[in-house]
Amino acid sequence: MHDGLERGACMDDLLQEFIAETRETLEAIAGEIVAWESDPTDRARLDAIFRFVHTVKGSCGFLDLPRLARLSHAAEDVLAAVRDGKRTPDTALVDAVLGIVDRIGEIVEAIDAGATLDDSTEDSLIAALAPNAKPKAAVVAVPAGRAASRSVRLNVDLLDRMMSGMSDMVLARNDLARRLRDGDADPQVEAALERLSLTVADMRDTVTRTRMQKVDALFSALPRMVRDTSAELGKSVNLVIDGADVELDREMIELMRDPLLHVIRNAIDHGIETPEARRAAGKPEAGRLVVSARQSGNQILIEISDDGRGIDVARIVAKAAEQKLHTAIELAAMSDAAKLDLIFAPGLSSRDVVTATSGRGVGMDVVRANIEQIGGRIVLVNDPGRGLRIIARVPLTLSILTTLIVEVGTQRFALARQSVEEIVLVRGDQVRIETIGDAAAVLVRGRRMPLVALAGLFGLGSEPPPTLVIVSTREGDYALGVDTVIDTEELVVKPASPAIMATGVYAGMTLPDNGLPMLLLDAAGIATVAGLRFAPVAVNDSVEEVAVPGIPALLFDDLDGQRRAIALAVIDRVEPVPVDAIRRTAGAMRLTIGNTIIPVHAVGGFGDRAEIAVLRLTDGESEMAYAIAEAIEIVALPAEMAPARRGGTDAGALIAGVVLIAGEQVEVVDPHALFAGEPVKIATPPVCLLQVDGSGWMETFLKPALEASGYRCVTALAAGETAAVALAMEDAPVSAAHAPVVTLRRSRVADGDDDPSVYRYDRPALIAAIAARRGL
Amino acid sequence: MSDLFLIAHIAGRGVAIDAAQVDSVVDIGEIVAVPRAEAFVRGLAALRSRVVTVIDTGIALGLAPTPDTMRRAVITIVDGHHYAILVDSVEDVAPFVRLPLSSGLALRGGWASVGTGLVERDGEPLLIIDLAVVLPTSPLAA
Repeated sequence: MHDGLERGACMDDLLQEFIAETRETLEAIAGEIVAWESDPTDRARLDAIFRFVHTVKGSCGFLDLPRLARLSHAAEDVLAAVRDGKRTPDTALVDAVLGIVDRIGEIVEAIDAGATLDDSTEDSLIAALAPNAKPKAAVVAVPAGRAASRSVRLNVDLLDRMMSGMSDMVLARNDLARRLRDGDADPQVEAALERLSLTVADMRDTVTRTRMQKVDALFSALPRMVRDTSAELGKSVNLVIDGADVELDREMIELMRDPLLHVIRNAIDHGIETPEARRAAGKPEAGRLVVSARQSGNQILIEISDDGRGIDVARIVAKAAEQKLHTAIELAAMSDAAKLDLIFAPGLSSRDVVTATSGRGVGMDVVRANIEQIGGRIVLVNDPGRGLRIIARVPLTLSILTTLIVEVGTQRFALARQSVEEIVLVRGDQVRIETIGDAAAVLVRGRRMPLVALAGLFGLGSEPPPTLVIVSTREGDYALGVDTVIDTEELVVKPASPAIMATGVYAGMTLPDNGLPMLLLDAAGIATVAGLRFAPVAVNDSVEEVAVPGIPALLFDDLDGQRRAIALAVIDRVEPVPVDAIRRTAGAMRLTIGNTIIPVHAVGGFGDRAEIAVLRLTDGESEMAYAIAEAIEIVALPAEMAPARRGGTDAGALIAGVVLIAGEQVEVVDPHALFAGEPVKIATPPVCLLQVDGSGWMETFLKPALEASGYRCVTALAAGETAAVALAMEDAPVSAAHAPVVTLRRSRVADGDDDPSVYRYDRPALIAAIAARRGL
Repeated sequence: MSDLFLIAHIAGRGVAIDAAQVDSVVDIGEIVAVPRAEAFVRGLAALRSRVVTVIDTGIALGLAPTPDTMRRAVITIVDGHHYAILVDSVEDVAPFVRLPLSSGLALRGGWASVGTGLVERDGEPLLIIDLAVVLPTSPLAA
């Protein structure tokens, strides 16, 4: 057995880093180990050693170093038992753990030197960890000579000094050039200066690069890690990486590495369910894991989101109580956010079963500590049953920013390039500045947005701005009026002093080549200071976002090859069934599930499939199935729907209308028609007021049916709008009738002859009743 | 027991500044204005590769604005940020004995908040001022 041979170049880099890192941590915890040896009850030392073996375990599981994995896992088990109070740290145990820590160091050195190391004593090392193990004589290993290192690890302070020295050099060069231009310069001196300039520019690039790294350096290891981890756990995970070209300070990349790996491992192990569980929950079998980086104002956001089961807060609280981290009274008094935050408590794990992958909750406290160490923050957005988003914000302070330089009056400002959508000149018909009340707005190619004239805001002039920079902020887009746009420039942005930050319009300051300080504008801050109010816009940066505008619907390929959508609320779950469980009996297709039979709707043949996916639909009372070819994804139905023409085909009768999703025409299945089993007829288009009762039945079932019949359905009347007819359930009567009311009942049978209500699935009667009331 | 003080003139008065608060004394070049900042922020200036926030000491003390021609400044570092405190002139650095403010001394305006004690130079009393208090957190025009 021999760890560390036959690796690709990429793995080689990772391995080198692992070796360097382990070596460094080993040196750092040498003191902790000694302290723990003298006082084995010291919890802080124990935690430090525990974190070390945990990190080694994590890294080597991923780098495929089985020997190290085995040793570190064994040590971790014992240390966990000590942490939980199940074992007492006596001298034998301490010796055994230290033996393993030493061994880890030896193996790491051997890997680095490319030497082989005899593994015959490892079993005894691990055996020594067992309770009542006989103390072993210390194992004498022949130290493998350290290989000459191919890389140097530098102190970031040194890089900082190099960087500031470089800036001074550039300024001195500029000064010299100016002075030479002013006097009569000898051409030879000019040539020398030219050479100097080139060298300085080149050096500067190099020095700058030493500090910056694409976040790709952090993300490139993920696909392999996700693949290996999910395979090990028998899960299927699709990894989506976004924003790998965002640049981040090298130091931050180093510090983000462990937290990121921990979080991703946790997401796969604890978050994403097994394929069976996912199927049962109506999710696609493969989990979706999105890792993205983006720049937002003066911060970098690294977001890890999964569509797994989320965090079970109740269980976290129970665990915290069980492990006596807090008293029951404290726990009861906690806000939901504080309860969720318990996940960051040291020693707490939400998982009952310990796996080789993410273990026992050592992760999250380390994650938070590392991120806070770099002045960042970590936020959890928990959506139980649907997934978890973890957002780490780290400051941009040391990052190089691509900026757009704008000029107002005689002063220049920088604006983060990624917040700029486009630059337009105010001339011709395409762009018009208008005044609405006392607010300024611009109309750019038919799109109206608020205008903030920077000169006006900054008291630098009152002329209408000739150039507009369209900036997009998280709140909304607006046009920033400036005199001219000069250039784009890469700048090192530093934080400005509190007196300057207090204005709320700057994100930092920078010193460009001309030696004149320049302020970096904060686009979102300017909008706030200028008093812009944007209507709340739902974030749509991830697909599993539930708060999307419009009704969420499942997009699927139907058996006849058409792409269709159906309201998500109707779907109980999606599951594969054997084709031979579906029979045509008593004039209809029926599906046997367990001991029950439910009707099946299928618009095409099953071909030679042995298994077919069905949507299990329910309106809360009855159930039916809809056979499909393949579920695609969850989308939001746009508000605009072209009503269907009632055709003669079987499929056409069940279509409420057509919507545009991602530029593609998609038929929307009419669940009302499905459940009613009756096609609808077209009527003329008046307004129908739905008295919703909170169950969503009206919006989900009735609305598409009525809209397919040509009514426009609203749940509240807009000002000046009158309803032709109002609809209400029998148990949720209309409070103030503004229109004739049609009452719907749940039962098929009328309550006496004079009962005016209509059975809710009796579509012809319903349409007729609406038409009749409208005529009153 | 005496401490080192920098003797300078601010708004026509002689003051003593604890040398521990002084990073350097420089002449500020071009100042870039900071729109929307409080009046005591004169602007930003480059000091080699560093950007400093220039403080109009006159306004910060609630006195008349410091004339634009005065470009001598005392650089001080507070919470990692560099500030240039504009002064009329700087004399020298010398050790003095720190004396408490004489009782009943009625300092007015910003002087009251920045004065922390006295030194006596050749019989002439000079107010010891705390640069950290001259800075932005100090209330405008007391």
